[in-house]
Amino acid sequence: MVTAALARPRRRGMRESPGERAFGIGNVLFLLALVIVTIYPLLYILFASLSNATELTLHRGLLFAPIDLTFEAYRRVLQNPLILTGYRNTLFYVIAGTALNVVMTSLGAYALSRRNLLFKNHAMFFIVFTMFFSGGLIPTYLLVGQTLHMQDTVWALIIPGAVTTINLIIMRTAFLAVPVALEEAARIDGASDWRILLKIYLPLSWPVVAVMILFYGVAHWNSFFPALVYLRDRELYPLQLVLREILISSNVQNMTTDVSSGDVLAIGETIKYATIIVATLPILLVYPYLQRFFVKGVTIGAIKE
Amino acid sequence: MLLPVLLYYLIFHYGPMYGAVIAFEDFNPVRGVFGSPWVGFQNFQDFFSSVYFTRLIFNTLAINVLDLVIGFPAPIILALLITELRWNPFRRLVQTATYLPHFISVVVVVGMLFDFFARDGLVNQVVATTQPIAFMQAPEWFRQLFVGSGIWQHVGWKSIVFLAAIAAVDPTLYEAAKVDGANRFQQVRHITIPGIMPTIVILLILQIGTMMTVGYEKIILMYNPLTYETADVISTYVFRRGILQADFSFSAAVGLFNSVINFALLIAANKVGRRVAETSLW
Repeated sequence: MVTAALARPRRRGMRESPGERAFGIGNVLFLLALVIVTIYPLLYILFASLSNATELTLHRGLLFAPIDLTFEAYRRVLQNPLILTGYRNTLFYVIAGTALNVVMTSLGAYALSRRNLLFKNHAMFFIVFTMFFSGGLIPTYLLVGQTLHMQDTVWALIIPGAVTTINLIIMRTAFLAVPVALEEAARIDGASDWRILLKIYLPLSWPVVAVMILFYGVAHWNSFFPALVYLRDRELYPLQLVLREILISSNVQNMTTDVSSGDVLAIGETIKYATIIVATLPILLVYPYLQRFFVKGVTIGAIKE
Repeated sequence: MLLPVLLYYLIFHYGPMYGAVIAFEDFNPVRGVFGSPWVGFQNFQDFFSSVYFTRLIFNTLAINVLDLVIGFPAPIILALLITELRWNPFRRLVQTATYLPHFISVVVVVGMLFDFFARDGLVNQVVATTQPIAFMQAPEWFRQLFVGSGIWQHVGWKSIVFLAAIAAVDPTLYEAAKVDGANRFQQVRHITIPGIMPTIVILLILQIGTMMTVGYEKIILMYNPLTYETADVISTYVFRRGILQADFSFSAAVGLFNSVINFALLIAANKVGRRVAETSLW
């Protein structure tokens, strides 16, 4: 992990100048302020989502705890059929999409890490070129939606993004670091390419595979644009598209049908906050466990050959 | 084993590049790419002479230049500041906290902007001026909010790569500098920054090479007709004309124009990087 490697040798016996000490204190204060600015908006949302709606509208300024703790907003959010189908759909897109991503990326990375692959440089160029030049949104839309008839199907959210080029490069870099001797030994024992990939490369590159699952998984969880472009059928909407209606178009009608019109605005606010928490919580819960992996993934991608 | 991957790239990346020929046609979905009449550069000429042309170019450049000037150095500065922290638990706290927003979806971040920056939102309550501002409806605030929220969300994440580059600087250089009497600032100025310069240049080239397209998904969520004046960029215009109004050939032409400019920028940035800093992508 980067933190450990960062620790510089301490300068023992060397006096700090007043300027250096002032900088040190200022630096700590500045970064503390940054931590607060980063985390507080999320805390505010958490507190507001657990507050009594009417009292929240009367409250001005910052919140440091929920006002009159209630789970009313969560009850309404979790009874909203759109949120539930959105959740279910997103889980499907995350699982199916990430599975396809990891399989395709592993295959590509394995093949491109072969030392004897024919036209290897041409293949790399063919792939990397797409990072810098694209046909554009409209031809892609016509191809995926009309020519391939994926409009209003779940495939539109899974297949067109099957490989992300930068992830392919990260995984290839990881595979190149696997000692060739292991593979040679396996080949003498008669192992096929598939077996070598499954039994040697993937297990030895496990931290990077974990990073791939994380990057692809989070991307699927957070993705809304392909769904916005390709889906009309609301039954297929992922969570993010449902969120867009609730948070940005302020559409909370189907969660406030039993509320008198005067309270709709107030309860609508807490519903929005609760929705944000419900949609973000799964990611925030796994985040601490994954932190040690993703630092590795980001740095491996930065290696230039 | 490479075949499925190559096929994927051929269909989903080179397919649209081929499909971009509709930019030179009067494309009709019923007649298809092959059957539609050829009109040459007509769509491009229409775009260049349209009333939106100057505004779109200006807005695209303005947002991206602002993001380049403020958004690009921010993670470098953060990485330098984090490196100067002596107490490890606090360093971990700063890292954990600042990496976190990267994982929040753009829909939620924009939803938070709409809420906090509303006319009666938290920001106006805290600032407590007599004249509350409806930030999300104010064209003069759009760029600041767009770039600022981008920094809020990604500055920590982007600092990871610079932290790793700083960690890779040879520690004996610092020892030697200390023997020569260099203070903390001089060490950063003369050792750390030159040490991470290749990383900075590579990432700068990459940012310039994607600057015409990046971020439009967030703009689509953030803007509304009241803020089009400063918020509407080439890619969002392509989205509206192409996907929402089904004006395929014209929007494909605008998109292709955007891709070509982008690619030219990348090549130019790479060339400058090679000449000035002796670092380049290829």
